[in-house]
Amino acid sequence: MSLISTLARMEAVESGRAQPLATVRHRRLSARPLVLVPLTTAGEAGAPLGALVGTDPEEPRLLVVPQPRDRDLRFAFLADLAEEILPYVDSFTDVVEAAERNEVDPETGKKVKVEVELCADAPQLIVPSRAGIEYVRLLGRSTRFRRTAEQDPETPFPAPPRVPLLGRWLTHFGERARVPGSSLLLSATDLLNRHWATGQSSLEDQHLGALLAWIAPCDGEPGAEAALRAEVGRDAQGQLLCPPAGPATDPAFDNKLLAPAIERYDRARQSLGAAEDGESADTGLAELHGAERELRRLIASQLKPTWHSVWRAIELLRELPEGARVEDRWTRDRWSFTGHRDRIAAGEPPQPRRDDAVTAASKLAAREQAQGQLEAQEALDDPLVMAGRRLAGEAFSAEVVEVTMAWTESKRPAPRPLVTVRTDDRPHLAEKVKVYRSLDGKPQAAEFVRYEEDGSPLLRILDRMGRSREPAEGSVPEKGERIVWTLFEHDQRVGPKLPDPEETPWTHGGPPRADAVEPPDAVTPEDLL
Amino acid sequence: MTVFDPSAEAARATSAILADTLRGTARGVVVDSPPGAGKSTLVVRAALELAAAGRPLMVVAQTNAQVDDLVLRLAEKEPDLEVGRLHSNDSDPYDKALDDLANVRKSAKAGELTGLPVVLSTAAKWGHVKNVEPWAHAIVDEAYQMRSDALLTVAGLFERALFVGDPGQLDPFSVVGAEQWAGLTYDPSASAVSTLLAHNPELPQHRLPVSWRLPATAAPLVSDAFYPYTPFRSGTGHGDRRLSFGVPSDGSGPDRVLDEAAESGWGLLELPARHTPRTDPEAVGAIALVVRRLLDRGGAAVSERSETPVPLTPDRIAVGTAHRDQAAAVRAALADVGVTGVTVDTANRLQGREYDVTVVLHPLSGRPDATAFHLETGRLCVLASRHRHACVVVCRAGVAELLDEHPSTDPVRLGVAVSFPDGWEANHAVLSHLEEHRVTWAP
Repeated sequence: MSLISTLARMEAVESGRAQPLATVRHRRLSARPLVLVPLTTAGEAGAPLGALVGTDPEEPRLLVVPQPRDRDLRFAFLADLAEEILPYVDSFTDVVEAAERNEVDPETGKKVKVEVELCADAPQLIVPSRAGIEYVRLLGRSTRFRRTAEQDPETPFPAPPRVPLLGRWLTHFGERARVPGSSLLLSATDLLNRHWATGQSSLEDQHLGALLAWIAPCDGEPGAEAALRAEVGRDAQGQLLCPPAGPATDPAFDNKLLAPAIERYDRARQSLGAAEDGESADTGLAELHGAERELRRLIASQLKPTWHSVWRAIELLRELPEGARVEDRWTRDRWSFTGHRDRIAAGEPPQPRRDDAVTAASKLAAREQAQGQLEAQEALDDPLVMAGRRLAGEAFSAEVVEVTMAWTESKRPAPRPLVTVRTDDRPHLAEKVKVYRSLDGKPQAAEFVRYEEDGSPLLRILDRMGRSREPAEGSVPEKGERIVWTLFEHDQRVGPKLPDPEETPWTHGGPPRADAVEPPDAVTPEDLL
Repeated sequence: MTVFDPSAEAARATSAILADTLRGTARGVVVDSPPGAGKSTLVVRAALELAAAGRPLMVVAQTNAQVDDLVLRLAEKEPDLEVGRLHSNDSDPYDKALDDLANVRKSAKAGELTGLPVVLSTAAKWGHVKNVEPWAHAIVDEAYQMRSDALLTVAGLFERALFVGDPGQLDPFSVVGAEQWAGLTYDPSASAVSTLLAHNPELPQHRLPVSWRLPATAAPLVSDAFYPYTPFRSGTGHGDRRLSFGVPSDGSGPDRVLDEAAESGWGLLELPARHTPRTDPEAVGAIALVVRRLLDRGGAAVSERSETPVPLTPDRIAVGTAHRDQAAAVRAALADVGVTGVTVDTANRLQGREYDVTVVLHPLSGRPDATAFHLETGRLCVLASRHRHACVVVCRAGVAELLDEHPSTDPVRLGVAVSFPDGWEANHAVLSHLEEHRVTWAP
């Protein structure tokens, strides 16, 4: 944790209110995000219990699996979920703009510009917490390899038609969420934690209710008290006042309310199945509907508070203006979305279970680059974030006190002006250390030469002054100007190109074998209830 | 019992390595080298023999400083050998000393260096080299500090390779999470050697058995604490190295700890227990004072290199820290007491370097918690194994208790080789040894 965020946390403890960590919003918030609040069944990995999903805060769609161990009901849930999510995703695939992309011409080997489509906007999924992101990944993993009856008439348990496609999209969202600074799939807790510091530990910050208690408490109640109530407060029946944001449920809810309700549902199903005449079938059906209604009410009672909390978080974040470079990162999200749209349209198979060596390496490289870029962009967008970097000695704000013109000693002298600056910050400068400032949105580099006698740093400007002997107008700092210099680069270097997967070297096991494509797991007796 | 002859042991290991490299059939040879075991000497020697055998050779090192150092060593040993130095397009991309060497050709384009017997560069630069005829042989230096994905970008450039490195130093790291690939044989965030051996378990593996850098006082501790299953010995005996001072102790904490370190090779300057910010001003001040006294007292070193005492100059002293801001604070404190020329850096940057005396700020000093970063075995190993004569550790009291409160809790992942010892245990081993050389002092 950086010094400035530690400081903000201490201030939050003292004041009882969360303290801002940012003055602008560093993530894109779509005008029409899709919020998904999933719940899962305790003790059964990947068995959804229910979900609230939708783009309208007032009208969520409630999906419930009355008996989570029944695979047919689970499939029905996933089919319903697909009917909510896929039309939303599809609504972004057709609105496109023209864009250019660099591609290598296979014949000439030269780089050429190719006109391609780029989706004008992209879908955005928001879940309550990091565990929710993990759950989206889990749902994607468990459904993308499913076979529908159309794909494989022989499959013993065909999935509903759109479920494998849902799995592919959820997998894509889940993978994209691992790219620092991306906004296709976000969690409300991560969003809030990026922008506010609370007076509790970062572990406690994973609790959406407690987090909001610090950031937006009702009636000026001190954050610590409100957060404690959100975490452990229970009503007369022993149920949590603020149910967990999921996907896991509270054990007290499971034991006292959910288990009896599911039991009642099971009994009703059994008696309906055993009904021998029309009259008893009618009673059985009525009882089944009653049991199902009760389950829906119960699960809704756990989901609703979280649903409102997520929208409350979105509301709070919308109050912050968007950072200038957020658009740039969102464009990358749009490229990622467009790319996956094209892969699906081209009939490519679902994402493999495991990345091959080259894919893993290229993903890691892309994410490291995105991380470096995110850190630089957030600081450049936001003086408060920059203040943290200044405090850490990675940037400094300085006033120009003197500019001395100088040139390189070559046949065509290029300008290398020397700039003396005065600063109260304490950057980690050493000889030849490069520093950068933003000049019309582009970085201009300088190098540290020495400290003058009074301790003022002397910098030599290195680039962006044009090609002639005299520097271009406005390209050299002027006396009296106040400039923020960073010791970190503003743009990230492009890493080395990786080999094609077919050319994976012997050190990494050679090319992936085409015949080693894993078939889906065989059905075992344990799969059948 | 036979007498241990370090030179003979080392020579035997070296000739076995060269035999496998030059005449073996395996595509790769892996050499583990403890600190100061003559890794660079081995690399230079292997390079010269491969060049002499007429095999086009590329050398992959991890940093520009390492590459330049190897070029200089090659030129020193064999001034007539034509050497290529492939460098980046940055300004000032290589050591200016290379310009004085007649047979070293420098270029940013690999195509201009083809045909030379030896070409050297960093892994990052080699990764950009495309469309060239592969080299018959490669030497990968500091292979344990190279990431698997970096090896992936360069492995297509050579037929066979010698991988040399120190498994005890810092593992490579990534700035983003890579748990997703943990357990895969080609986990891109793992070290190049672990990927190489996972896919090619039959490759011959060698070990250099003698540390020439570490004195007899340090080798047993470093070997026991960090290389429990692959022990090594020091090349020098007790009494071969001596550190003495012209000015007697003034009885202060820094002077007493210096005397202790001169006598026993180790010194622990223990400050009162306290939770502090990372740049603990008292600890930083204590380090500056120790260095100042080290210079003021006219330290002189006797070793196998020289019978007569060699004065301890600032360039033979280093200060090691865990974090960059700590290093910056120490630099500022040293400047305040008028010391210049002493190397101050983090463990990461001190890897592969050697000094007569090191002063170390203990990574856990003054901390309220022991995170995985601060417990990392390699970090402590680097800091405790840079010296030829003595190492002084400056630390707040209470680290043993801190360790006991923070047992390591890293998740065990399927398919990931568990490395021994873990940082927790190594820290305890070093600490219990240092306790015997403790000087308590309140600034």
